[in-house]
Amino acid sequence: MASFAGARDRASSTRYKRLGRRRVYGHLGTALALGCATVAAAALLAILGYVVYQGIGAINWAFLTQLPHPVGVSGGGVGNGILGSLIIIGTATLMAIPIGLLTGIYLALFGRGAIAETLRFFSDVLSGVPSIAIGLFAYTVLVAPLKHFSAFSASFAFMMLMLPLLVRTSEQAIRSVPQSVREGALALGMSNARATLRIVLPTAMPAIVTALLLAIARVTGETAPLLFTAFGSQFWETNPSNPMAELSLQVFTYAISPYPSWQAQAWGGALLLIVAVFALSAGARFMLSRAMRGLEA
Amino acid sequence: MRDELLAAVDLSAYYGERKAVGNVSIAFRRKAVTALIGPSGCGKTTLLRCFNRIHELSFDARVEGSVLMEDQDIYSAGVDPMAIRRRIGMVFQRPNPFPTLSIVDNTMAYGGRGLSRAQKQERAERALRSAALWDEVKDKLRSSPLRLSGGQQQRLCIARAIAAEPEVLLMDEPTASLDPIASAVIEELMASLAERFTIIAVTHNMQQAARVSDVTAFMLADESGTGRLIEVDDTAKLFTTPSDRRTEDYITGRFG
Repeated sequence: MASFAGARDRASSTRYKRLGRRRVYGHLGTALALGCATVAAAALLAILGYVVYQGIGAINWAFLTQLPHPVGVSGGGVGNGILGSLIIIGTATLMAIPIGLLTGIYLALFGRGAIAETLRFFSDVLSGVPSIAIGLFAYTVLVAPLKHFSAFSASFAFMMLMLPLLVRTSEQAIRSVPQSVREGALALGMSNARATLRIVLPTAMPAIVTALLLAIARVTGETAPLLFTAFGSQFWETNPSNPMAELSLQVFTYAISPYPSWQAQAWGGALLLIVAVFALSAGARFMLSRAMRGLEA
Repeated sequence: MRDELLAAVDLSAYYGERKAVGNVSIAFRRKAVTALIGPSGCGKTTLLRCFNRIHELSFDARVEGSVLMEDQDIYSAGVDPMAIRRRIGMVFQRPNPFPTLSIVDNTMAYGGRGLSRAQKQERAERALRSAALWDEVKDKLRSSPLRLSGGQQQRLCIARAIAAEPEVLLMDEPTASLDPIASAVIEELMASLAERFTIIAVTHNMQQAARVSDVTAFMLADESGTGRLIEVDDTAKLFTTPSDRRTEDYITGRFG
Protein backbone atom coordinates (compact mmCIF):
# COMPACT_ATOMS: atom_id res chain seq x y z
CA MET A 1 0.00 0.00 0.00
CA ALA A 2 2.71 2.38 1.10
CA SER A 3 4.89 1.71 -1.92
CA PHE A 4 1.92 2.23 -4.23
CA ALA A 5 1.20 5.61 -2.66
CA GLY A 6 4.87 6.49 -2.91
CA ALA A 7 4.97 5.65 -6.60
CA ARG A 8 1.91 7.75 -7.16
CA ASP A 9 3.48 10.67 -5.32
CA ARG A 10 6.63 10.43 -7.37
CA ALA A 11 4.66 10.27 -10.59
CA SER A 12 2.50 13.23 -9.72
CA SER A 13 5.46 15.31 -8.58
CA THR A 14 7.18 14.95 -11.99
CA ARG A 15 3.87 15.70 -13.60
CA TYR A 16 3.49 18.84 -11.54
CA LYS A 17 7.02 19.88 -12.39
CA ARG A 18 6.23 19.50 -16.07
CA LEU A 19 2.92 21.26 -15.62
CA GLY A 20 4.71 24.13 -13.87
CA ARG A 21 7.08 24.49 -16.81
CA ARG A 22 4.20 24.45 -19.27
CA ARG A 23 2.45 27.10 -17.29
CA VAL A 24 5.53 29.34 -17.44
CA TYR A 25 5.82 28.80 -21.21
CA GLY A 26 2.12 29.51 -21.59
CA HIS A 27 2.38 32.81 -19.72
CA LEU A 28 5.51 33.74 -21.64
CA GLY A 29 3.75 33.10 -24.94
CA THR A 30 0.74 35.14 -23.94
CA ALA A 31 2.95 37.99 -22.76
CA LEU A 32 4.91 37.94 -26.01
CA ALA A 33 1.76 38.00 -28.17
CA LEU A 34 0.26 40.75 -26.04
CA GLY A 35 3.47 42.75 -26.24
CA CYS A 36 3.59 42.51 -30.05
CA ALA A 37 -0.08 43.43 -30.31
CA THR A 38 0.56 46.47 -28.12
CA VAL A 39 3.47 47.58 -30.30
CA ALA A 40 1.35 47.22 -33.45
CA ALA A 41 -1.61 49.04 -31.95
CA ALA A 42 0.64 51.71 -30.46
CA ALA A 43 2.27 52.39 -33.84
CA LEU A 44 -1.14 52.76 -35.48
CA LEU A 45 -2.48 54.96 -32.71
CA ALA A 46 0.69 57.05 -32.73
CA ILE A 47 0.36 57.72 -36.46
CA LEU A 48 -3.34 58.49 -36.19
CA GLY A 49 -2.84 60.64 -33.10
CA TYR A 50 0.02 62.55 -34.66
CA VAL A 51 -1.91 63.23 -37.86
CA VAL A 52 -4.90 64.42 -35.86
CA TYR A 53 -2.67 66.56 -33.61
CA GLN A 54 -0.88 68.16 -36.55
CA GLY A 55 -3.79 68.36 -38.92
CA ILE A 56 -6.75 69.42 -36.83
CA GLY A 57 -5.48 72.99 -36.57
CA ALA A 58 -5.40 73.39 -40.34
CA ILE A 59 -8.99 72.29 -40.86
CA ASN A 60 -11.62 74.97 -41.06
CA TRP A 61 -14.32 75.96 -43.50
CA ALA A 62 -11.96 77.95 -45.69
CA PHE A 63 -9.56 75.00 -45.88
CA LEU A 64 -12.34 72.78 -47.16
CA THR A 65 -13.82 75.22 -49.64
CA GLN A 66 -11.12 77.56 -50.95
CA LEU A 67 -8.49 77.39 -53.65
CA PRO A 68 -4.85 77.15 -52.61
CA HIS A 69 -3.21 80.50 -52.04
CA PRO A 70 0.21 81.30 -53.43
CA VAL A 71 3.20 80.98 -51.14
CA GLY A 72 3.36 83.89 -48.71
CA VAL A 73 -0.38 84.59 -48.81
CA SER A 74 -1.88 83.10 -45.68
CA GLY A 75 -5.06 81.00 -45.70
CA GLY A 76 -6.36 79.15 -48.71
CA GLY A 77 -7.49 75.56 -48.87
CA VAL A 78 -7.75 72.35 -50.76
CA GLY A 79 -11.31 72.74 -52.00
CA ASN A 80 -10.30 72.06 -55.59
CA GLY A 81 -8.39 68.96 -54.45
CA ILE A 82 -11.43 67.58 -52.68
CA LEU A 83 -13.58 68.25 -55.74
CA GLY A 84 -10.91 66.69 -57.98
CA SER A 85 -10.70 63.59 -55.79
CA LEU A 86 -14.46 63.17 -56.01
CA ILE A 87 -14.46 63.56 -59.80
CA ILE A 88 -11.43 61.33 -60.45
CA ILE A 89 -12.40 58.56 -58.02
CA GLY A 90 -16.08 58.80 -59.01
CA THR A 91 -15.25 58.40 -62.70
CA ALA A 92 -12.91 55.50 -61.93
CA THR A 93 -15.63 53.81 -59.87
CA LEU A 94 -18.25 54.27 -62.59
CA MET A 95 -15.91 52.65 -65.10
CA ALA A 96 -14.74 49.87 -62.78
CA ILE A 97 -18.19 48.76 -61.57
CA PRO A 98 -19.59 47.39 -64.84
CA ILE A 99 -16.31 45.87 -66.04
CA GLY A 100 -15.39 44.38 -62.67
CA LEU A 101 -18.86 43.13 -61.85
CA LEU A 102 -19.52 41.55 -65.23
CA THR A 103 -16.11 39.87 -65.20
CA GLY A 104 -16.83 38.59 -61.69
CA ILE A 105 -20.20 37.24 -62.83
CA TYR A 106 -18.58 35.58 -65.82
CA LEU A 107 -15.91 33.93 -63.68
CA ALA A 108 -18.37 32.80 -61.03
CA LEU A 109 -20.97 31.36 -63.39
CA PHE A 110 -19.05 30.24 -66.46
CA GLY A 111 -15.55 30.32 -65.02
CA ARG A 112 -14.16 27.05 -66.28
CA GLY A 113 -11.53 26.45 -68.87
CA ALA A 114 -8.52 28.27 -70.19
CA ILE A 115 -10.07 31.70 -70.76
CA ALA A 116 -11.34 31.97 -67.19
CA GLU A 117 -8.09 30.71 -65.70
CA THR A 118 -6.15 33.23 -67.76
CA LEU A 119 -8.46 36.01 -66.61
CA ARG A 120 -8.00 35.00 -62.98
CA PHE A 121 -4.24 34.79 -63.37
CA PHE A 122 -3.95 38.23 -64.93
CA SER A 123 -6.30 39.68 -62.41
CA ASP A 124 -4.07 38.38 -59.62
CA VAL A 125 -0.97 39.70 -61.37
CA LEU A 126 -2.61 43.08 -61.87
CA SER A 127 -3.39 43.32 -58.17
CA GLY A 128 0.31 42.97 -57.42
CA VAL A 129 1.56 45.53 -59.95
CA PRO A 130 2.92 48.64 -58.20
CA SER A 131 0.57 51.56 -58.59
CA ILE A 132 3.31 53.71 -60.06
CA ALA A 133 3.68 51.22 -62.91
CA ILE A 134 -0.04 51.48 -63.55
CA GLY A 135 0.35 55.25 -63.56
CA LEU A 136 3.12 54.94 -66.12
CA PHE A 137 0.89 52.75 -68.24
CA ALA A 138 -1.88 55.34 -68.11
CA TYR A 139 0.69 57.97 -69.00
CA THR A 140 1.85 55.98 -72.02
CA VAL A 141 -1.65 55.24 -73.26
CA LEU A 142 -3.57 58.39 -72.46
CA VAL A 143 -1.17 61.24 -71.62
CA ALA A 144 1.75 60.91 -74.02
CA PRO A 145 -0.30 60.44 -77.22
CA LEU A 146 -2.62 63.35 -76.35
CA LYS A 147 0.29 65.47 -75.22
CA HIS A 148 -1.31 66.74 -72.02
CA PHE A 149 -2.08 65.56 -68.52
CA SER A 150 -5.70 64.82 -67.76
CA ALA A 151 -7.97 63.83 -64.92
CA PHE A 152 -9.39 61.09 -67.09
CA SER A 153 -6.01 59.39 -67.38
CA ALA A 154 -5.91 59.38 -63.56
CA SER A 155 -9.37 57.82 -63.44
CA PHE A 156 -8.18 55.22 -65.93
CA ALA A 157 -5.20 54.35 -63.71
CA PHE A 158 -7.45 54.16 -60.65
CA MET A 159 -9.86 51.91 -62.52
CA MET A 160 -6.98 49.55 -63.29
CA LEU A 161 -6.15 49.50 -59.57
CA MET A 162 -9.74 48.79 -58.56
CA LEU A 163 -10.46 46.10 -61.14
CA PRO A 164 -8.57 43.11 -59.70
CA LEU A 165 -10.09 43.66 -56.27
CA LEU A 166 -13.58 43.99 -57.72
CA VAL A 167 -13.26 41.03 -60.07
CA ARG A 168 -12.01 38.56 -57.51
CA THR A 169 -14.24 39.66 -54.65
CA SER A 170 -17.41 39.80 -56.73
CA GLU A 171 -16.57 36.34 -58.08
CA GLN A 172 -16.15 35.09 -54.52
CA ALA A 173 -19.33 36.83 -53.38
CA ILE A 174 -21.39 35.23 -56.14
CA ARG A 175 -19.79 31.83 -55.54
CA SER A 176 -20.60 32.07 -51.86
CA VAL A 177 -24.32 32.21 -52.66
CA PRO A 178 -25.36 28.63 -51.89
CA GLN A 179 -25.80 26.48 -54.98
CA SER A 180 -29.13 25.38 -53.51
CA VAL A 181 -30.48 28.94 -53.78
CA ARG A 182 -29.55 29.06 -57.45
CA GLU A 183 -31.00 25.63 -58.13
CA GLY A 184 -34.14 26.64 -56.26
CA ALA A 185 -34.59 29.51 -58.69
CA LEU A 186 -33.93 27.36 -61.76
CA ALA A 187 -36.26 24.63 -60.46
CA LEU A 188 -39.07 27.19 -60.54
CA GLY A 189 -38.58 27.51 -64.27
CA MET A 190 -36.62 30.75 -64.15
CA SER A 191 -34.16 31.37 -66.96
CA ASN A 192 -30.47 31.46 -66.13
CA ALA A 193 -30.39 35.22 -66.63
CA ARG A 194 -33.43 35.82 -64.45
CA ALA A 195 -32.16 33.53 -61.68
CA THR A 196 -28.86 35.40 -61.71
CA LEU A 197 -30.30 38.92 -61.81
CA ARG A 198 -33.23 38.45 -59.47
CA ILE A 199 -31.97 35.91 -56.95
CA VAL A 200 -28.20 35.29 -57.01
CA LEU A 201 -26.91 38.85 -57.50
CA PRO A 202 -29.11 40.45 -54.82
CA THR A 203 -28.00 37.77 -52.38
CA ALA A 204 -24.37 38.53 -53.14
CA MET A 205 -24.86 42.31 -53.23
CA PRO A 206 -23.82 43.28 -49.68
CA ALA A 207 -20.51 41.46 -50.16
CA ILE A 208 -20.01 43.12 -53.55
CA VAL A 209 -20.70 46.57 -52.09
CA THR A 210 -18.18 45.80 -49.35
CA ALA A 211 -15.57 45.03 -51.98
CA LEU A 212 -16.43 48.21 -53.86
CA LEU A 213 -16.02 50.37 -50.74
CA LEU A 214 -12.66 48.77 -49.99
CA ALA A 215 -11.55 49.33 -53.57
CA ILE A 216 -12.53 53.01 -53.33
CA ALA A 217 -10.70 53.27 -50.00
CA ARG A 218 -7.63 51.81 -51.63
CA VAL A 219 -7.43 54.32 -54.46
CA THR A 220 -8.32 57.21 -52.14
CA GLY A 221 -4.93 56.72 -50.53
CA GLU A 222 -3.03 56.45 -53.82
CA THR A 223 -0.71 59.23 -54.94
CA ALA A 224 1.89 57.70 -57.21
CA PRO A 225 -0.20 57.22 -60.36
CA LEU A 226 -1.44 60.81 -60.12
CA LEU A 227 2.03 62.32 -60.50
CA PHE A 228 2.01 61.85 -64.24
CA THR A 229 -1.70 61.63 -64.96
CA ALA A 230 -3.84 64.15 -63.07
CA PHE A 231 -0.70 66.23 -62.43
CA GLY A 232 -2.48 68.78 -60.22
CA SER A 233 -3.97 72.20 -60.75
CA GLN A 234 -4.32 75.50 -58.94
CA PHE A 235 -7.85 76.09 -60.21
CA TRP A 236 -11.37 74.82 -59.88
CA GLU A 237 -11.04 72.28 -62.65
CA THR A 238 -14.00 70.11 -63.60
CA ASN A 239 -13.14 69.12 -67.18
CA PRO A 240 -11.77 65.59 -67.05
CA SER A 241 -9.60 66.15 -70.12
CA ASN A 242 -7.58 68.81 -68.28
CA PRO A 243 -5.05 68.45 -65.46
CA MET A 244 -6.90 68.40 -62.16
CA ALA A 245 -6.08 68.87 -58.48
CA GLU A 246 -6.42 65.85 -56.20
CA LEU A 247 -6.26 65.77 -52.44
CA SER A 248 -3.53 63.20 -51.90
CA LEU A 249 -1.48 64.81 -54.67
CA GLN A 250 -1.82 68.16 -52.89
CA VAL A 251 -0.69 66.55 -49.64
CA PHE A 252 2.36 65.23 -51.44
CA THR A 253 3.21 68.57 -53.04
CA TYR A 254 2.68 70.52 -49.83
CA ALA A 255 4.52 68.05 -47.63
CA ILE A 256 7.76 68.21 -49.64
CA SER A 257 7.58 72.01 -49.96
CA PRO A 258 9.89 74.13 -47.81
CA TYR A 259 7.08 76.41 -46.56
CA PRO A 260 5.73 75.82 -43.03
CA SER A 261 2.25 77.09 -43.98
CA TRP A 262 2.02 74.52 -46.79
CA GLN A 263 3.35 71.78 -44.55
CA ALA A 264 0.60 72.55 -42.03
CA GLN A 265 -1.93 72.26 -44.83
CA ALA A 266 -0.41 68.91 -45.86
CA TRP A 267 -1.20 67.61 -42.38
CA GLY A 268 -4.75 68.88 -42.71
CA GLY A 269 -5.13 67.11 -46.05
CA ALA A 270 -3.67 63.91 -44.62
CA LEU A 271 -6.22 64.04 -41.83
CA LEU A 272 -9.04 64.42 -44.38
CA LEU A 273 -7.76 61.40 -46.31
CA ILE A 274 -7.57 59.28 -43.17
CA VAL A 275 -11.09 60.28 -42.19
CA ALA A 276 -12.35 59.34 -45.67
CA VAL A 277 -10.62 55.95 -45.63
CA PHE A 278 -11.86 55.34 -42.09
CA ALA A 279 -15.43 56.10 -43.10
CA LEU A 280 -15.19 53.81 -46.16
CA SER A 281 -13.75 50.94 -44.10
CA ALA A 282 -16.39 51.34 -41.41
CA GLY A 283 -19.06 51.28 -44.13
CA ALA A 284 -17.48 48.13 -45.58
CA ARG A 285 -17.53 46.43 -42.17
CA PHE A 286 -21.17 47.34 -41.72
CA MET A 287 -22.08 45.95 -45.14
CA LEU A 288 -20.09 42.79 -44.49
CA SER A 289 -21.94 42.11 -41.24
CA ARG A 290 -25.16 42.46 -43.21
CA ALA A 291 -23.84 40.09 -45.86
CA MET A 292 -23.00 37.46 -43.27
CA ARG A 293 -26.49 37.70 -41.83
CA GLY A 294 -27.95 37.19 -45.31
CA LEU A 295 -25.93 34.04 -45.90
CA GLU A 296 -26.68 32.40 -42.57
CA ALA A 297 -29.72 30.70 -44.04
CA MET B 1 -56.90 10.31 -68.48
CA ARG B 2 -54.18 7.73 -68.15
CA ASP B 3 -53.32 6.47 -64.73
CA GLU B 4 -49.63 7.29 -65.09
CA LEU B 5 -48.43 10.86 -65.46
CA LEU B 6 -44.68 10.47 -65.55
CA ALA B 7 -42.41 7.60 -66.54
CA ALA B 8 -38.70 6.99 -66.93
CA VAL B 9 -37.70 4.67 -69.74
CA ASP B 10 -34.25 3.10 -69.63
CA LEU B 11 -32.93 6.22 -67.92
CA SER B 12 -29.24 6.54 -67.07
CA ALA B 13 -27.51 9.53 -65.49
CA TYR B 14 -23.81 10.30 -65.59
CA TYR B 15 -21.34 12.61 -63.89
CA GLY B 16 -18.56 12.66 -66.44
CA GLU B 17 -17.58 9.02 -66.91
CA ARG B 18 -19.28 7.89 -63.72
CA LYS B 19 -22.67 6.29 -64.23
CA ALA B 20 -24.65 7.28 -61.13
CA VAL B 21 -28.01 5.87 -62.20
CA GLY B 22 -28.29 2.94 -64.57
CA ASN B 23 -31.11 1.93 -66.90
CA VAL B 24 -34.04 2.77 -64.67
CA SER B 25 -37.57 2.25 -65.96
CA ILE B 26 -40.37 3.27 -63.66
CA ALA B 27 -43.84 4.82 -64.00
CA PHE B 28 -45.39 7.17 -61.46
CA ARG B 29 -49.06 7.02 -60.63
CA ARG B 30 -51.07 10.20 -60.89
CA LYS B 31 -51.93 11.88 -57.57
CA ALA B 32 -50.10 9.29 -55.53
CA VAL B 33 -47.03 9.60 -53.32
CA THR B 34 -44.14 7.49 -54.54
CA ALA B 35 -41.21 7.13 -52.18
CA LEU B 36 -37.68 6.46 -53.45
CA ILE B 37 -35.74 4.65 -50.76
CA GLY B 38 -32.29 3.14 -50.57
CA PRO B 39 -28.95 3.55 -48.80
CA SER B 40 -26.74 6.62 -49.24
CA GLY B 41 -25.15 6.85 -52.66
CA CYS B 42 -27.69 4.65 -54.40
CA GLY B 43 -28.56 7.37 -56.90
CA LYS B 44 -32.06 8.21 -55.70
CA THR B 45 -31.45 11.95 -55.53
CA THR B 46 -29.73 11.90 -58.92
CA LEU B 47 -32.70 10.03 -60.39
CA LEU B 48 -35.08 12.59 -58.89
CA ARG B 49 -33.04 15.43 -60.38
CA CYS B 50 -33.43 13.90 -63.84
CA PHE B 51 -37.19 14.36 -63.72
CA ASN B 52 -37.06 18.19 -63.84
CA ARG B 53 -33.83 18.40 -65.85
CA ILE B 54 -31.88 19.85 -62.93
CA HIS B 55 -29.34 17.05 -63.12
CA GLU B 56 -27.91 18.35 -66.37
CA LEU B 57 -27.00 21.67 -64.68
CA SER B 58 -24.27 19.96 -62.67
CA PHE B 59 -20.79 20.14 -64.14
CA ASP B 60 -20.19 17.47 -66.78
CA ALA B 61 -23.51 15.78 -66.10
CA ARG B 62 -25.66 14.12 -68.76
CA VAL B 63 -28.65 11.87 -69.15
CA GLU B 64 -29.43 8.96 -71.47
CA GLY B 65 -32.82 7.39 -72.07
CA SER B 66 -36.07 9.25 -71.77
CA VAL B 67 -38.56 10.65 -69.31
CA LEU B 68 -42.11 10.65 -70.60
CA MET B 69 -44.66 13.12 -69.37
CA GLU B 70 -47.99 12.26 -70.92
CA ASP B 71 -46.17 10.56 -73.82
CA GLN B 72 -43.91 13.53 -74.49
CA ASP B 73 -40.21 12.90 -73.91
CA ILE B 74 -38.97 15.83 -71.82
CA TYR B 75 -35.47 15.13 -73.11
CA SER B 76 -36.31 15.26 -76.80
CA ALA B 77 -34.85 18.07 -78.85
CA GLY B 78 -36.87 21.25 -78.87
CA VAL B 79 -38.32 20.79 -75.39
CA ASP B 80 -37.68 23.83 -73.22
CA PRO B 81 -36.37 22.73 -69.80
CA MET B 82 -37.86 25.88 -68.26
CA ALA B 83 -41.33 24.88 -69.43
CA ILE B 84 -40.79 21.41 -67.98
CA ARG B 85 -39.71 22.86 -64.64
CA ARG B 86 -42.92 24.85 -64.44
CA ARG B 87 -44.90 21.63 -64.69
CA ILE B 88 -42.62 19.71 -62.33
CA GLY B 89 -41.84 21.55 -59.09
CA MET B 90 -39.11 20.68 -56.64
CA VAL B 91 -38.48 20.89 -52.89
CA PHE B 92 -34.88 20.50 -51.76
CA GLN B 93 -33.17 18.71 -48.93
CA ARG B 94 -32.35 21.88 -47.04
CA PRO B 95 -34.80 24.78 -46.98
CA ASN B 96 -33.56 27.26 -49.59
CA PRO B 97 -35.77 30.35 -49.42
CA PHE B 98 -34.42 33.29 -51.42
CA PRO B 99 -32.69 35.41 -48.75
CA THR B 100 -33.37 38.80 -50.32
CA LEU B 101 -37.07 38.31 -51.08
CA SER B 102 -39.88 38.74 -48.58
CA ILE B 103 -42.07 35.82 -47.57
CA VAL B 104 -44.79 36.72 -50.06
CA ASP B 105 -42.27 37.45 -52.84
CA ASN B 106 -40.66 34.08 -52.19
CA THR B 107 -44.03 32.44 -52.58
CA MET B 108 -44.63 34.16 -55.91
CA ALA B 109 -41.02 33.89 -57.09
CA TYR B 110 -41.99 31.82 -60.14
CA GLY B 111 -43.33 35.03 -61.66
CA GLY B 112 -47.09 34.87 -61.89
CA ARG B 113 -47.10 36.30 -65.37
CA GLY B 114 -50.52 37.35 -66.60
CA LEU B 115 -51.99 37.65 -63.12
CA SER B 116 -53.29 40.92 -61.76
CA ARG B 117 -52.00 42.21 -58.45
CA ALA B 118 -55.08 40.95 -56.63
CA GLN B 119 -54.86 37.58 -58.32
CA LYS B 120 -51.21 37.28 -57.29
CA GLN B 121 -52.11 38.02 -53.68
CA GLU B 122 -54.85 35.48 -53.82
CA ARG B 123 -52.58 32.85 -55.34
CA ALA B 124 -49.89 33.51 -52.72
CA GLU B 125 -52.43 33.11 -49.94
CA ARG B 126 -53.75 29.90 -51.44
CA ALA B 127 -50.25 28.44 -51.78
CA LEU B 128 -49.34 29.41 -48.22
CA ARG B 129 -52.58 27.89 -46.94
CA SER B 130 -51.92 24.69 -48.88
CA ALA B 131 -48.47 24.56 -47.32
CA ALA B 132 -50.03 24.95 -43.83
CA LEU B 133 -48.05 28.13 -43.29
CA TRP B 134 -50.59 30.92 -43.77
CA ASP B 135 -51.66 31.29 -40.15
CA GLU B 136 -48.06 31.57 -39.00
CA VAL B 137 -46.95 34.20 -41.52
CA LYS B 138 -50.07 36.18 -42.49
CA ASP B 139 -49.03 39.11 -40.27
CA LYS B 140 -45.46 39.26 -41.55
CA LEU B 141 -45.76 38.60 -45.28
CA ARG B 142 -43.34 41.43 -46.05
CA SER B 143 -40.60 40.30 -43.67
CA SER B 144 -37.56 38.18 -44.39
CA PRO B 145 -37.93 34.40 -44.67
CA LEU B 146 -34.69 34.00 -42.72
CA ARG B 147 -36.53 34.83 -39.49
CA LEU B 148 -38.66 31.71 -39.89
CA SER B 149 -37.77 28.39 -38.28
CA GLY B 150 -36.31 25.60 -40.40
CA GLY B 151 -39.64 23.81 -40.64
CA GLN B 152 -41.44 27.02 -41.60
CA GLN B 153 -38.78 27.76 -44.22
CA GLN B 154 -39.27 24.32 -45.71
CA ARG B 155 -43.04 24.85 -45.84
CA LEU B 156 -42.37 28.20 -47.51
CA CYS B 157 -40.34 26.34 -50.13
CA ILE B 158 -43.26 23.96 -50.61
CA ALA B 159 -45.60 26.95 -51.00
CA ARG B 160 -43.19 28.46 -53.51
CA ALA B 161 -43.18 25.24 -55.53
CA ILE B 162 -46.96 24.76 -55.56
CA ALA B 163 -47.73 28.43 -56.26
CA ALA B 164 -46.59 27.73 -59.82
CA GLU B 165 -49.30 25.05 -59.91
CA PRO B 166 -47.17 22.22 -61.21
CA GLU B 167 -48.51 18.75 -61.87
CA VAL B 168 -45.66 16.88 -60.27
CA LEU B 169 -43.90 17.73 -57.01
CA LEU B 170 -40.40 16.31 -56.52
CA MET B 171 -39.24 16.23 -52.92
CA ASP B 172 -35.61 15.49 -52.12
CA GLU B 173 -35.49 14.32 -48.50
CA PRO B 174 -37.68 17.24 -47.49
CA THR B 175 -37.41 16.52 -43.76
CA ALA B 176 -33.73 15.55 -43.60
CA SER B 177 -32.69 18.78 -41.91
CA LEU B 178 -35.73 19.14 -39.64
CA ASP B 179 -36.53 18.07 -36.10
CA PRO B 180 -39.17 15.33 -35.56
CA ILE B 181 -42.04 17.73 -34.88
CA ALA B 182 -41.36 19.85 -37.96
CA SER B 183 -40.94 16.62 -39.95
CA ALA B 184 -44.34 15.36 -38.81
CA VAL B 185 -45.95 18.60 -40.04
CA ILE B 186 -44.35 18.13 -43.47
CA GLU B 187 -45.42 14.50 -43.61
CA GLU B 188 -49.03 15.44 -42.92
CA LEU B 189 -48.74 18.09 -45.58
CA MET B 190 -47.51 15.56 -48.13
CA ALA B 191 -50.64 13.48 -47.58
CA SER B 192 -52.90 16.44 -48.24
CA LEU B 193 -50.87 17.63 -51.24
CA ALA B 194 -51.21 14.20 -52.85
CA GLU B 195 -54.85 15.07 -53.51
CA ARG B 196 -53.68 17.67 -56.03
CA PHE B 197 -50.19 16.66 -57.11
CA THR B 198 -48.25 13.63 -58.20
CA ILE B 199 -45.53 13.44 -55.57
CA ILE B 200 -42.18 11.72 -55.87
CA ALA B 201 -40.21 11.88 -52.63
CA VAL B 202 -36.70 10.70 -51.87
CA THR B 203 -36.27 9.60 -48.29
CA HIS B 204 -33.62 8.05 -46.11
CA ASN B 205 -36.17 7.15 -43.56
CA MET B 206 -38.06 3.91 -44.11
CA GLN B 207 -40.67 4.66 -41.45
CA GLN B 208 -41.39 7.89 -43.28
CA ALA B 209 -41.73 6.06 -46.59
CA ALA B 210 -44.09 3.57 -44.95
CA ARG B 211 -46.18 6.37 -43.42
CA VAL B 212 -46.55 8.79 -46.32
CA SER B 213 -46.28 6.85 -49.56
CA ASP B 214 -48.65 4.82 -51.68
CA VAL B 215 -45.92 3.27 -53.77
CA THR B 216 -42.30 2.62 -52.81
CA ALA B 217 -39.32 2.14 -55.10
CA PHE B 218 -36.15 0.60 -53.72
CA MET B 219 -32.77 1.47 -55.23
CA LEU B 220 -29.33 0.05 -54.61
CA ALA B 221 -25.88 0.73 -56.02
CA ASP B 222 -24.23 -2.21 -57.80
CA GLU B 223 -20.53 -3.14 -57.49
CA SER B 224 -19.47 -0.33 -59.83
CA GLY B 225 -21.43 2.28 -57.86
CA THR B 226 -24.23 2.64 -60.38
CA GLY B 227 -27.67 3.07 -58.83
CA ARG B 228 -30.15 0.42 -59.96
CA LEU B 229 -33.85 0.16 -59.39
CA ILE B 230 -34.40 -3.10 -57.52
CA GLU B 231 -38.11 -3.19 -56.88
CA VAL B 232 -41.25 -1.03 -57.11
CA ASP B 233 -44.51 -1.98 -55.48
CA ASP B 234 -47.39 -0.75 -53.37
CA THR B 235 -45.87 0.45 -50.12
CA ALA B 236 -47.87 -2.00 -48.01
CA LYS B 237 -46.71 -4.92 -50.11
CA LEU B 238 -43.09 -3.84 -50.45
CA PHE B 239 -42.68 -3.46 -46.70
CA THR B 240 -44.42 -6.72 -45.79
CA THR B 241 -43.72 -9.16 -48.60
CA PRO B 242 -40.94 -7.82 -50.80
CA SER B 243 -40.21 -9.99 -53.79
CA ASP B 244 -36.46 -9.29 -53.95
CA ARG B 245 -34.07 -10.62 -51.38
CA ARG B 246 -32.06 -7.38 -51.32
CA THR B 247 -35.16 -5.33 -50.57
CA GLU B 248 -35.94 -7.60 -47.66
CA ASP B 249 -32.40 -7.30 -46.32
CA TYR B 250 -32.61 -3.52 -46.52
CA ILE B 251 -36.00 -3.02 -44.91
CA THR B 252 -35.19 -5.45 -42.12
CA GLY B 253 -32.08 -3.40 -41.43
CA ARG B 254 -29.50 -5.96 -42.42
CA PHE B 255 -27.47 -3.27 -44.24
CA GLY B 256 -27.57 0.39 -45.12
